[in-house]
Amino acid sequence: MDPIVVFLFIAIVILTLVITYFAAKNTKSTGDFYTAGGGLTGWQNGLAIAGDYLSAASFLGIAGAIALNGFDGFFYSIGFLIAYLVVLFLVAEPLRNLGKYTLADMIHSRFDSKKVRGAAALSTITIVLFYMIAQLVGAGALIQLLFHIDYWIAVLIVGVMMTIYVLFGGMIATSWVQITKAVLLMAGMVIMAFLVLWKFDFNIAAMFTEVKTATSHGAAYLEPGLKYDDPLGTISLMIALVLGTAGLPHILMRFFTVKDAKTARSSVITATWTIGIFYILTLFLGFGAAIYVGQNEILAANSGGNMAAPLLAEALGGNILFAFISAVAFATILAVVAGLVLSGASAFAHDIYGQIIKKGKATDREQMLAARYASLAVSVLSIILALGAQSLNVAFLVSLAFCIAASANLPVILYTIYWKRFNTTGAISAVLFGLISALVLVSMSPSVFSPEAGAALFVGNPIFPLENPALVSVPLGFLGGYLGTIYSKEQDLKRYAEVKVKAHIGNRE
Amino acid sequence: MADLHKNNKVDYESIAESEQFKHFMKEKRRFTVPMTVFFLIFYFLLPICTSYTTFLNTPAFGDISWVWIFAVAQFVMTWVLCTIYVRKANSFDEKVEAIIHDQIKKGGKA
Repeated sequence: MDPIVVFLFIAIVILTLVITYFAAKNTKSTGDFYTAGGGLTGWQNGLAIAGDYLSAASFLGIAGAIALNGFDGFFYSIGFLIAYLVVLFLVAEPLRNLGKYTLADMIHSRFDSKKVRGAAALSTITIVLFYMIAQLVGAGALIQLLFHIDYWIAVLIVGVMMTIYVLFGGMIATSWVQITKAVLLMAGMVIMAFLVLWKFDFNIAAMFTEVKTATSHGAAYLEPGLKYDDPLGTISLMIALVLGTAGLPHILMRFFTVKDAKTARSSVITATWTIGIFYILTLFLGFGAAIYVGQNEILAANSGGNMAAPLLAEALGGNILFAFISAVAFATILAVVAGLVLSGASAFAHDIYGQIIKKGKATDREQMLAARYASLAVSVLSIILALGAQSLNVAFLVSLAFCIAASANLPVILYTIYWKRFNTTGAISAVLFGLISALVLVSMSPSVFSPEAGAALFVGNPIFPLENPALVSVPLGFLGGYLGTIYSKEQDLKRYAEVKVKAHIGNRE
Repeated sequence: MADLHKNNKVDYESIAESEQFKHFMKEKRRFTVPMTVFFLIFYFLLPICTSYTTFLNTPAFGDISWVWIFAVAQFVMTWVLCTIYVRKANSFDEKVEAIIHDQIKKGGKA
């Protein structure tokens, strides 16, 4: 192993631990732990949102997907980006105005029922676990490749690091690790994209001409349909990508780390610009990797294409750039899993323990203890699951998490803010319909059943044709909420008036 | 920050019923709904066109075909809509302050 690689890795780890040390000194209350006391500024929170979003899956995954599949890889970039318009126009400000720590808090501003809170906590925990296993499996594979150590050791290293950040530094540490990483990642991307463009004298058209002959796909590489040739499958995937973000617990939680709706708005703007520039750059990275590394080489390193970006760094800038990009990828994984642990822990400790079991009467000390125990439990559980999930396809787990978020969380969020007639029964049925239909449809899909041995979890013919069921499960989530509401006579117009006013003008009490 | 459910001193129903608030909501809806419909249609047109037609595969500039132009247009649209949203939201903020001033402060709540 190259000493530069080792040095940069250790430097990143030390930097994040220093951040955690200072954050830990400032984490005194439950509010500090979950939401950094609501004290982040717009641009800080915007960078942290970008950091949460630009996970290893999008940094390594999309660069690899473009390198291997050309235009079809770019679909992910587009879907992930437009998702922020949904967040900005429909969700961000009302959510900030209504909630405190979690999604369940926001729904609770309208319905007192513990069942509603329980259902929301359940879908949060499910999404977090799927997303987390995906990140940990991806992290394990990456570190295994970089350091040539065993998969289980790699997962343990990442697992222990994330537990330390969350346990000691809470949201303050997680946010600052996230911000640091977002800046490093953007710097790395800009350097690599610049080096790729430089080779073409900054002539983008020349790069397109070159890449047309660089892969075995020829001109088809630049056309859609290389990977997604099934129209309904493509549209279903695009639905999950664009609607899922507005329901992801660790993204939603980011709107509670600022003081008001105005700051929430400005953080979405910072995030959207950062993420947009990032995704444009993935194009140059993907093409660069296809040209300068070559598809065979990328596939040889990792069959999912996840090593495309680090390999391109090596081809462009030698060992130093390779070490830098790998270290940034490592920091990316650590920061994202820490954010996930936090949102999972908030559902357990704040929603289930604090509000349902203790009925909101737990002291701040009890809540802090519960939050830390829950963080530890979520960490240990996901490490154990990740150790057993090595052979699972990471992309499938991520798209499943997006699908559940779009089907179970988004309908209830939109109904709570915008639908006057919506009631408790509707809220519970919206979450459960979306959650169960997404899970059941995926378990019958080609991602789980494949006639080819080894291609999926089980051998057999899939009952449901779409890999990502969002096309069916998202409408089912909305339908569930509608039917539940219609079949129950209960209605509280007074409470809705309050929610409506608060959502749109802010909480002024 | 005050807890959401305690000391419910503000009369939310009367604010919600006020002409001022209703007018504000109507104006907000007139902005948000068409914008949301527009960006969702613009977005889904891309996979629909690439799945059911091939006309986007014709070259636009050299070896860059229209599908890439459409894809990059999605980015441009996102940034433009973001900017428009911020401008509009800032003007809404002023109206919110007016509502708070007229409805809450006049209602005896400081």
